[in-house]
Amino acid sequence: MRTNDVVLKTATQLVTFIIIIFSIYVFLQGHHNPGGGFIGGLMTAAAIILIGIAFDIKTVRRILPFDFKLLTATGLLIAVLTGIGAFIFDATFLTHTYDYFYLPLLGKTELATALLFDIGVYFVVIGVTLTIIFTIGEDS
Amino acid sequence: MTLLHWATISPLLLAILIPFLYKYLRSVHTGWFVLALPLVLFFYFIRFLPETSDGGVIEQTVNWVPSLDINFTVFIDGLSLLFALLITGIGSLVVLYSIYYLSKTKEQLHNFYVYLLMFMGAMLGVVLSDNLIVLYAFWELTSLASSLLISYWYHRKKSTYGAQKSMLITVFGGFAMLGGFSLLYVMTGTFSIREIIGNVDTTSSLFIPAMLLVLLGAFTKSAQFPFHIWLPDAMEAPTPVSAYLHSATMVKAGIYLVARLTPVFGGVPEWFWLLSGFGIVTLFWGSLSAVRQKDLKSILAFSTVSQLGLIMCLLGLGSASLYFGAGTDTTMYTTATLAAVFHLINHATFKGSLFMTAGIIDHETGTRDIRKLGGLMTIMPVTFTISLIGTASMAGLPPFNGFLSKEMFFTGVLNATELEIFNMKTFGLLFPVLAWVASIFTFVYCMILFFKTFTGEFKKENYDKHVHEAPFGMLISPIVLGSLVVVFGFFPNLLSYTLIEPAMNAILPTVLGPDEQFYVNIYHWHGFNTELFMTIGVILFGTFIYLMMKKWAKLEIYLRERDPLNKVYDGSLVLLASGSHTITASFMRGSIRQYLIYIFSFMVLFIGYMLFKLNAITFTGEGSAPITFHETTLALIMCIAAITVAFARTRLTAIISLGAVGYSLALFFVLFRAPDLALTQMVIETVSTVLFLLCFYHLPVFKEKFEKVPFRLTNLVVSIGVGALVTIFAISAHYSKSFESLASFFVDASYKEAGGKNMVNVILVDFRGFDTLFEILVLGIAAVGIYSMIKLRLQKEGS
Repeated sequence: MRTNDVVLKTATQLVTFIIIIFSIYVFLQGHHNPGGGFIGGLMTAAAIILIGIAFDIKTVRRILPFDFKLLTATGLLIAVLTGIGAFIFDATFLTHTYDYFYLPLLGKTELATALLFDIGVYFVVIGVTLTIIFTIGEDS
Repeated sequence: MTLLHWATISPLLLAILIPFLYKYLRSVHTGWFVLALPLVLFFYFIRFLPETSDGGVIEQTVNWVPSLDINFTVFIDGLSLLFALLITGIGSLVVLYSIYYLSKTKEQLHNFYVYLLMFMGAMLGVVLSDNLIVLYAFWELTSLASSLLISYWYHRKKSTYGAQKSMLITVFGGFAMLGGFSLLYVMTGTFSIREIIGNVDTTSSLFIPAMLLVLLGAFTKSAQFPFHIWLPDAMEAPTPVSAYLHSATMVKAGIYLVARLTPVFGGVPEWFWLLSGFGIVTLFWGSLSAVRQKDLKSILAFSTVSQLGLIMCLLGLGSASLYFGAGTDTTMYTTATLAAVFHLINHATFKGSLFMTAGIIDHETGTRDIRKLGGLMTIMPVTFTISLIGTASMAGLPPFNGFLSKEMFFTGVLNATELEIFNMKTFGLLFPVLAWVASIFTFVYCMILFFKTFTGEFKKENYDKHVHEAPFGMLISPIVLGSLVVVFGFFPNLLSYTLIEPAMNAILPTVLGPDEQFYVNIYHWHGFNTELFMTIGVILFGTFIYLMMKKWAKLEIYLRERDPLNKVYDGSLVLLASGSHTITASFMRGSIRQYLIYIFSFMVLFIGYMLFKLNAITFTGEGSAPITFHETTLALIMCIAAITVAFARTRLTAIISLGAVGYSLALFFVLFRAPDLALTQMVIETVSTVLFLLCFYHLPVFKEKFEKVPFRLTNLVVSIGVGALVTIFAISAHYSKSFESLASFFVDASYKEAGGKNMVNVILVDFRGFDTLFEILVLGIAAVGIYSMIKLRLQKEGS
């Protein structure tokens, strides 16, 4: 028996985007301000879990039709490849560097290889959180 | 690798081929392939005789582990050559005998000959190697091969019992011996026996421990009192094995070791008393026990024990001559050593032949029980003759070789009473008396062995099969050994120049001057001296006791065959098993709660003790920050929440209180200016509380009892202890910082080097990115773990 929780669903539809945008903001500003891959990933996962709670897991599966374990693996791969990438420039494992670029729209921007590593962390955290929650949730 | 090395390990190499020979050449008895090797080796070793009898030695080295001073050095002098000839000579005869003894169709011959060759190679290695560690390696290999041979009929319970017993006892001794060898190395800095002799310091505090440990090895192997109990149980082995291992070779490994190390340890009272004391006790006890046995092989086993004790005792007495050193009139002291070497050879010949005849009787009549046997004289005339020679020699009757060595034995013990060292004045008389009584019993069991088997009435109903003389092939080996008994009896000096003198040179190298040699001349007639009267007394008393046997055979002590020491062994084995079971069961209860108590108590006691011992508890209060109102309030909230968790009546309360603790912690992070941590802590706390609630929801219905936590005093004490310890530890650690913090580096470098203003994040992904890499790996593993635990369980339920 399910009650008609239209308020929750409507609110979710709005709030999810705000959370996701905020989480990406937190993730991207990690280099200079509080935040980073870990907390960003957790927040993104929280947004998706919110969808799961307001609707159901099937809906989430329809919106994100891929395996979250794959996301974890991709994240780990990105992190490791970032480390290995340093070898090309004759540096030791996981040596990071940064520089300033002029990008269209954004202007002078600092781009660091540490961000690539953080993307790996971000993906892993999302993948892990969702795998755990949904695996337990689907277990009847 | 020289030819000598190949010769030493050749039995081991041939052993590798045996299974193939057995499998592909089934029509031929595998023993024939084996027989060639010991024969070749025997004649190969005989070629060294001229060199060693001139006092020469042969030494060949192959480096094995030179950095640890472990080298495979083959060393041949009189003593090792004597043993090598015994091993290969009796080895050939035993292999020949076994070809007729073991059936080609019924027995697993490949096992037998692999083990036998393994043993032969190991034994050659023991006697020929000069390096103690190599000697030890071969020594343990003989124990292993011996156990395998004893349990050859592994489906019999007694065989496996005997094998286990011999293994436990000899390996125990072997291990002790390794300790002794190590101590010798510590004292002298070398493993080479040749170099140890003369280098060893008799006043060192390690000297006596090394001697005791080495002797433990030698005594267990050579079945000396009280370690002799494994030998009678080893009689479950096939008879060729008993003849070879348990009379002629392996049990003499301990004798060899003692003789070999006499120049190292000899000349001190401890060595003298240990050897001769244990030897004479073994001699006495073995001969006494042999009289009580009803099984042919058991009689022979105890007889072996007693003869080994005799040899050991003589070696001990002979070692006294090292005390006097070169230049004195040595014949009086060295007679004992001469007797030991001579009896060693004699024992190998007559005991080998006796075991073989016992095997023949067993094989042809189906029983070894002397209460069933009787009247075989006319049916098995050849076996009868060999047995007569063997038992007469063992009893010490002229004109056989046993008589000569027994006379010399008496001379040795009588000389010992005249020694004026090592307190011999007080206890010296014990030796001839004990020796004489033991000889009487020896005479008695020899008579039992012989008369009960061959004389009396032949009762057909006692035997399961048709009794007849053994095939000729089976008789060859005992005939050869029997003839040797006679030949050595009539011409003892055949041996004295070739074998005995060089062996004595090796055992007592320092007794003679540089150019002297032992001059041994053994002859039968000494005139009417004490020894002769002692022998006559032995014969008279022995005959008397044997004739009166009907009377004292009813005594209870005669009826109990098993050595009382077996009770000690069996009892201690049971006690060991049950004791360790009790101890283990007392603390390995399978309860995680208990294990946690052990772990925590150990932690509290150990770390607490160390803190106390090192005087590390400090509370100076230096440089502490002031405590603010916010912190106090937050700490109070956190404490209340934590206490609520511990005393919560329902699980839901506990979960929510735990959440409260987590959120207060996040607030602490805010207060202490750690925004990243605060953010992460908030989200993680939320997620984990959700997970707790999920678990809570899934708890099975029937176990749901919302009770309060049961109170246990131990838990309270342990938890308070852990809390107090950690608090003290943390405070002490805080006030005893020895170095400046690294933090200033990160403050300086995080923007300049890594281009980031968030120092925490820069450390996580840049300075210490490696840790983060593995932390996300941990997360991934956890996710996969949870996923597979849940999915695998589901699949199992579905199927």
